[in-house]
Amino acid sequence: VRFDDDRLSALLSDVADGTVDPDAADLVALEHDLRFQAELVQYRKLLRALHSLRLEVVDPGPALADEVLALVDEGLERHGVRSVVTSRRLAYLAAATAAGVGSAFVLARRRAA
Amino acid sequence: MPDDLADLVAAAKEGDRTAFDALVRATYAETYTLAFRLTGNEEDARDVVQDVYLRAFKGLRRFRGDAQFTTWLYRITANCATTHAGRRARHRHDELIDDAHVPDPHHDRDPEARADNRELRERLQVALAALPPKLRAVVVLRDIYDLPHEAIAKELDITETAAKVRLHRARRRLREDLFPLPDEERARAV
Repeated sequence: VRFDDDRLSALLSDVADGTVDPDAADLVALEHDLRFQAELVQYRKLLRALHSLRLEVVDPGPALADEVLALVDEGLERHGVRSVVTSRRLAYLAAATAAGVGSAFVLARRRAA
Repeated sequence: MPDDLADLVAAAKEGDRTAFDALVRATYAETYTLAFRLTGNEEDARDVVQDVYLRAFKGLRRFRGDAQFTTWLYRITANCATTHAGRRARHRHDELIDDAHVPDPHHDRDPEARADNRELRERLQVALAALPPKLRAVVVLRDIYDLPHEAIAKELDITETAAKVRLHRARRRLREDLFPLPDEERARAV
């Protein structure tokens, strides 16, 4: 049994990470081909090494946390200013609408009188 | 998730700003590490981290707690890094730096294993940095951070099939780069 390269690579790395159980035909091929076995071992080593990187942290320095928090503050401030402006606009609109309705009411009463 | 982190998340969700600040301080180095691995350079990684926490702050109330908080942050980081890469490509037309200098990470666990595997890890970091960004993103999220294919596909805005294909290609390149078989070594030498 021969595999095309993509299928071989996909199968071997999936077998190595345990997400795929090879079927009987693939298993025979894997067990009888030294190259496949060597490749499988290398994939397992690779996956272990990749997993080990999970424990490593690249330190950006403490300044980044301060920058992030300052940015959040800035965002909050902008949001706060926007809220104040929006409330003022709403209050102005409400006042203008009330004044308009009042004027229309007065005019209508004058006309009626 | 350690209890203290869970407590901080719960308090921050209720609007406790001090708790959110503490959450940032507890997680920013890990978030930066992932951002650095995805973008391949320090400047972009810092920009991504800022976007991540701004988005996390705005979306924290929607965090339901059915995944770990750090996993939730990883997903936001993956999404922000993708957005950032797209923005860079649109505005500057420059490639993400594939062979960027990789700073020495801080090892703080198991000194024996550290000594044994340091060389391999260093070679792996260089090989990862040399991968095309699209392949690198998938292998980093799947094989280092254990994100499921479905989550990776969603955050990178690709199909699950595409995510799997990219993962296989990335692993294959890394395997050939780090552990070449004799015929691959011969082919490389020619």
